[in-house]
Amino acid sequence: MAQARKRRLRLSAIIGTVPMMIVAIGVYVIGIAFTVFWSFTDSKLFPNSTLVGFKQYHRLWQDDRWLVAVQNIWIFGILLMVFALAFGFLLAVFMDQEIRQEDLLRSIYLYPFAMSLIVTGLVWQWMLDPNFGIEHTVRSLGWANFQFSPLVDPNTAIYGLVVAGIWQGSGVTMAILLAGLRGIDAEIWKAARIDGIPIWRVYIFIVIPMMRGSIGTAFVLIAVGVVRVYDLVVAMTGGGPGISTNMPAVYVIDMITKSYNVGQGMAAATIMLLPVIAVIALIGLGRIVSTRRKNAAILRAEATA
Amino acid sequence: MKLTTMLLASAALGFAGAAHATDLEVIHWWTSKGESRAVAEFAKAFDNDGQGDHWIDSAIAGGDVARQTIMQRILGGDPPGAAQFNPGRQYEELIKNGQLLQLDDVAAAGHWADVIRPAKIQSACLVDGHWYCVPVNIHSWDWAWYSYAPFKAAGLPNPTNFDEFVADAPALKAAGFIPFAIGGDGGGWQISGAFDQILLAALGIETRDKMYRDKDTTIAASPEMLKALTNFKALKQFADDGYANRNWNDTTNMVITGKAALQIMGDWARGEFAAAGMTGVKDYGCMIGLNEDSPIVTTDGDVIVFPKQSDPAAEAAQKRLAALLISPAVQVAFNNAKGSMPVRGDVDMSTADPCMQKALMAVEHPDQIADSPGRFITADTSNALGALVSQFWSDDNMTAEQAQAKWVEIIKNAS
Amino acid sequence: MSTTATSGPAAAAAPRGPKPRRLSVARIGLYGFLIISALFFLVPLYIMVVTSLKTMPEIRQGHLFGLPETWTVQPWIDAWMHACTGRDCNGLSPGFWNSVKITVPSVFISIVIASINGYALSFWRYRGANLFFGLLVFGAFVPYQVVIYPLIIALREVHLFSTLWGIIIVHTIFGMPILTILYRNYYAAIPSELFKAARIDGAGFWQIFVRIMLPMSVPITIVAIILQVTGIWNDFLFGVIFAGRNNWPMTVQLNNIVNTTTGTRTYNVDMAATIITAAVPLIIYFISGRWFVRGIAAGAVKG
Repeated sequence: MAQARKRRLRLSAIIGTVPMMIVAIGVYVIGIAFTVFWSFTDSKLFPNSTLVGFKQYHRLWQDDRWLVAVQNIWIFGILLMVFALAFGFLLAVFMDQEIRQEDLLRSIYLYPFAMSLIVTGLVWQWMLDPNFGIEHTVRSLGWANFQFSPLVDPNTAIYGLVVAGIWQGSGVTMAILLAGLRGIDAEIWKAARIDGIPIWRVYIFIVIPMMRGSIGTAFVLIAVGVVRVYDLVVAMTGGGPGISTNMPAVYVIDMITKSYNVGQGMAAATIMLLPVIAVIALIGLGRIVSTRRKNAAILRAEATA
Repeated sequence: MKLTTMLLASAALGFAGAAHATDLEVIHWWTSKGESRAVAEFAKAFDNDGQGDHWIDSAIAGGDVARQTIMQRILGGDPPGAAQFNPGRQYEELIKNGQLLQLDDVAAAGHWADVIRPAKIQSACLVDGHWYCVPVNIHSWDWAWYSYAPFKAAGLPNPTNFDEFVADAPALKAAGFIPFAIGGDGGGWQISGAFDQILLAALGIETRDKMYRDKDTTIAASPEMLKALTNFKALKQFADDGYANRNWNDTTNMVITGKAALQIMGDWARGEFAAAGMTGVKDYGCMIGLNEDSPIVTTDGDVIVFPKQSDPAAEAAQKRLAALLISPAVQVAFNNAKGSMPVRGDVDMSTADPCMQKALMAVEHPDQIADSPGRFITADTSNALGALVSQFWSDDNMTAEQAQAKWVEIIKNAS
Repeated sequence: MSTTATSGPAAAAAPRGPKPRRLSVARIGLYGFLIISALFFLVPLYIMVVTSLKTMPEIRQGHLFGLPETWTVQPWIDAWMHACTGRDCNGLSPGFWNSVKITVPSVFISIVIASINGYALSFWRYRGANLFFGLLVFGAFVPYQVVIYPLIIALREVHLFSTLWGIIIVHTIFGMPILTILYRNYYAAIPSELFKAARIDGAGFWQIFVRIMLPMSVPITIVAIILQVTGIWNDFLFGVIFAGRNNWPMTVQLNNIVNTTTGTRTYNVDMAATIITAAVPLIIYFISGRWFVRGIAAGAVKG
């Protein structure tokens, strides 16, 4: 009886998540399977099934645009990850000090998230323009040697993108981390104060480990943003000067929508997904380990109670 | 049985149904103010053709996005009634797949083979003896626009060709002007576009076309090619360092305000001068083909294709639209608003401005007509070459020899 | 609404950091940091606003940071109802209701499905459930353009391509990964005693979801609404491909106003159009700011 009931209940759960299964299998698995398949074809304007072996991959790794893109994604990704998380965390910690006008400040930090990057990217481009942007303005105030026009030089343009990326993404990071901070038990601060532990040590050794979850969420959101970065690049640099700010997603999308070379775009997309698979496998593994540990902890707690 | 009768009935209705209102959706990327006025001429003519037709306007800014949408709508089984393309190889796969309506009967009735000029642009639509699209206008890339003021201030005469300008550049720079105005937005299309013109002038129409058409690596590896690259890179010292992400409009504006001396840009730049209240030749200089004495016109522009429809009534409307787009009155109205040249010479364009008159004269000489590179090479190859030129321009460590080697490689791999 | 919120796991989410209340040097430094950061965020907005109030000739002069010499609100009027977007010159306004028509059902349906996913993944882990979840998370990283082709073909086969339902399905699909993560983490933080007690009382899958979980989900649902409204309201790519001509969202008009290859540009109208388009998500941020943070708090307590 109980067994049958349990089975019936589990069936409801399965029925309830049918849309998820359909999407996971029907869209992502099949979609990605097609992506991999088409990467071995000579698909041009439309996908076709004329197989050409590894030709697209071979061409891909000979293309300067792709090589630059692969290099850039690491620079952009690591810098954005570090700065957006650090800046977002600092903002969150400072916002958590019972400050005035919290609602206003939070809205200010968040608004870039709501604006179309086509135009905000253009505004950043203007601000970084040597002829009338920040550099020009500061110079006209008297600092004749001031330099801040990263987008002009192929060697520094990528850092200009990082600055705008931080502007766009830090607000969301702040909101998630602030939320994580708010979830932490107030007793900890009391205890720390009684024990005379310096605040910064509380943050580093107690609070941050407790915020694993929200830091993880922020991490995933930033990572998705980095891997799929497209609008920001198109709006600010168009991949230039030259080819210096190309990114993998830009390369993939341009191959499909501008060069009508679906085959090569799919090959690039397939390569792009390899590190993602690796990272997700790692996280999945970590999750399994941590759930086990959690379950063990619950058991222990129940035993002592 | 029943279905067949129904189909027959509806087909009969369709053929007899000239009086039935037919909505035809047209996807294009004419969205700015002047372009909007031009496309309204098409729509107005179609709406008033006396057959109850109706133009459904689907404008999507940006050629890449619009073309992608057209493809995806065809793939999704919901093809638009008509769609804009640039003449060339963008739609060759659609023709190959049999996804475009053949317009042979419309073309024969309208004598397209005789009235469309120059003859070279017919081949964009006439594939294997069948008409698959209607050319609607000619845009040309090969213009140098210059401001009179800097030359005057530097005590120089106005240039009559690009080489003279290059010789003047140091003096212009010394006089405090930016001699060469260029912008590097959108992947560097202004840069590669300017280089195309310089290359065309350096190699000549025949040789340049042969390199692209036959994927001729000998020409790509020739000393003339190397010289064109070297000369082009030499221009960089005469540009300003703010070029990196500048839009073409802002670049043209530097010429308009007299901050910069000269810009290489397509004929649409006249729209910016006109917006600033300036008239060609009177207020600013224009050279077509970068040389007043031997002009060259690249016949780029727009064509309209008609994706196949399942509804015969829609097909009839498509053919009516095709005939209308090329009719003399519509051609004049559209092209005057658009600032481009009509595709037929038997119409009155006397109201066009003086710069356009130069082009209208040049386009009557077949030996001065060049095809756009897109007619011979795929978008893939053309984008690879464009990226290379843009990279070469921006990367000071790249030598002309290195750029040429890469150029040869791309031509070799082109299909 | 607020009573539900406080009864949920997000209860007592008031600021509770360390409390130095007096105006010390540290306090001044803290405000200094927050204000300077706010300025960093606000500079582009400032430029957008002043540019939108300038005339084009003045913009061409290039005084980026300066206030308008002659103020004009014409660009705002143009952006809303006069800017050309093709044959017609009616500004952004024609697409507004289409955007509403797409956004409301898409947000609703995607949230219903994702909340059930999250609930099932947290409390009813059947064999393979986490595999599906892993696939979804993976899906979040795929550039949209890559999986668009199979989707077009699939929707064509079921005759939903170029329809309102087509675009709603597409938004539901692409919103699912992030929303499911959100709900899953949220429900994971709910004490399992609640769930066990309900089970002992004989409640089933749907009963527990509707009677216990849903009432407690208000805060996280606000978060989900904010994320989805932002994403769907600003979407251009899917709208233009999947929605069909008659349902084109406002972003198609926005794109037609701000993007052009060889046409002339009117930057003041571009800026006004962008701010107007962003108004709907911005209003939602502002109204629901309080719940936003509470919701995420609950969801992210335990990753």
